[in-house]
Amino acid sequence: MATEHQGLEIDRVTGWRMAPRYALLVVVSVIVLFPVYTTVIASLKPGDKVLDNPLVPDSFTLDVLRNAWERGNLDRYLLNSAVVALVVTFMQVVTAVLSAYAFSFLRFPGRNVIFFAFLATLLIPIEATMVVNLQTIDSLGWKNSYQGLAVPFLATAFGTFLMRQVFLQLPRDMRDAATIDGVGHLGFLRHVAIPLVRPTIGAMALFAFLSTWNMYLWPVLVADEEEWRTVQSGLKQLAAAGIDEPNLIQAGTVIAAIPVAAVLLIFQRQLVRGLTAGAVKG
Amino acid sequence: MRDAGWQWRDLPTGLVMIAPSALVLGAFLVYPLVKTVSLGRQRCNESATRCVTTGWDQYSDVWRSEEFQQALWVTGKFTLLVVPIGLALGIALAMLADRYLRGIGIFRAIFSSTVATSVAVASLMWFFLLQPDVGVIPNIGWVEDLFGVVKEPGLLRDPGTALTSVAMSSVWAGLGFTFILVTAGLQGIPADLHEAAAIDGAGGFRRFWSVTLPMLGPTLLFVVVVLTSRAFQAYGEIDLLTDGGPDPQQSTTTVTYLVYGDSSVVRSDAGLQATTAVWLFVILLVLAALQLRGFGRRVHYGD
Repeated sequence: MATEHQGLEIDRVTGWRMAPRYALLVVVSVIVLFPVYTTVIASLKPGDKVLDNPLVPDSFTLDVLRNAWERGNLDRYLLNSAVVALVVTFMQVVTAVLSAYAFSFLRFPGRNVIFFAFLATLLIPIEATMVVNLQTIDSLGWKNSYQGLAVPFLATAFGTFLMRQVFLQLPRDMRDAATIDGVGHLGFLRHVAIPLVRPTIGAMALFAFLSTWNMYLWPVLVADEEEWRTVQSGLKQLAAAGIDEPNLIQAGTVIAAIPVAAVLLIFQRQLVRGLTAGAVKG
Repeated sequence: MRDAGWQWRDLPTGLVMIAPSALVLGAFLVYPLVKTVSLGRQRCNESATRCVTTGWDQYSDVWRSEEFQQALWVTGKFTLLVVPIGLALGIALAMLADRYLRGIGIFRAIFSSTVATSVAVASLMWFFLLQPDVGVIPNIGWVEDLFGVVKEPGLLRDPGTALTSVAMSSVWAGLGFTFILVTAGLQGIPADLHEAAAIDGAGGFRRFWSVTLPMLGPTLLFVVVVLTSRAFQAYGEIDLLTDGGPDPQQSTTTVTYLVYGDSSVVRSDAGLQATTAVWLFVILLVLAALQLRGFGRRVHYGD
């Protein structure tokens, strides 16, 4: 195992020697946060004051945010996004755990062939499938519905692959011991395997939640009724509706960004795990 | 895997456990891919009331068409802007924050923060940064005086600057992702490697080129592959910022936008959409293979 990189000893010397680096860090932070800053400032200013001093928060009101909330159907969009993202996340974990269990703890003939077929689907970009998926969803009568928004994403080969990797690291004796004790497959999964791989499940769940929440093209294609828009496709709608009231849209953007920002603040550690776990996928 | 010895009695359980995943992957990835390939032979009249199967030559027709070639060229330029710039900035930010300083956690949180913005959120933020009438940058007096283009016609409306502007928004939105991955990669480099190099008299730049970059190899390969495939599939930022325009050159219509965009010429024709989507798939496949082969050989995976 590589030792954690601690930086050179010299770096620990704090004080004035580090002032230039702090200055650089601050300048870069300002640049990175600039688009966020201007959006937040605009959402807090009364409509007629937005253009006066776009960079200075000289007047302050919550009216615009309230207005955006009431006029933009944002509550409905947020609800839709939350339902779809939570259902997809939960089901991706369930389908991945089940199939990964079969691919690691069971030894039935044909297993490896099926596993390679799973892996091969990683090469298919969803953008290449949406024309036909749209027809499928339409023929099922699922346009403008939660089913239509969620069902195509209830399983991923990536999730299966990731869970299989961690299951393979569990000692086989455990499974054998459980069998001798008369514990079935599901009982073993619930009481032994899942508790042991909880960190990976957490990372995978966060990754699934974020990618579903942020999905743009599919919701735009599959839901054209106001009632079924997600936050992302709803923002498109909001932007198209009123360019003459720019800060209303900016307020909507702020409201739309808050839930994900909150989720990420809470689950920071899982995020790094989730993204670096992706590196295995390469 | 471990000891062989297949067990038939595991078969029913195994199949039942695999079934849910297999069903979803089959119905929404494999089937549509196969179906799209065959749909790509079909062409419809203007109102899509009558369709005929024209045969495989529709694939070569689409490939040779001016619209597709233009979109491919735009996609290439977009990718060559987003990937190298995004990667370089991500590495720079990660190097900058890779010190154990007091308060470094705050800066790391800031540098990671753009992962919290979805493509719609990021694009709208940039829209109001760049929009000529109400945007922030065009309404800063000296910027307007210095660069007339920000106001007339506006960075997103000028054919010469539109694609670069969309790319910058994309780079910004992807910065957090690259930063987090490269930071994790940097932390995996054993400190004694740097110390050994320093003792051998290697300066900062030398250590960066000879120790840091090679050790980051696998991480960078992964980032490049992901950023490239994202750039090829970019849709939201183009939809929200430029609608594939400005006309008439369609300067920001990428291949993905050509398939699905509201203002795209093939949008109303499922056959042509399918043909274009298949080409997108093929190009991505070839690109991934090339990157893994060419880049992969030079990547150092440690021990």
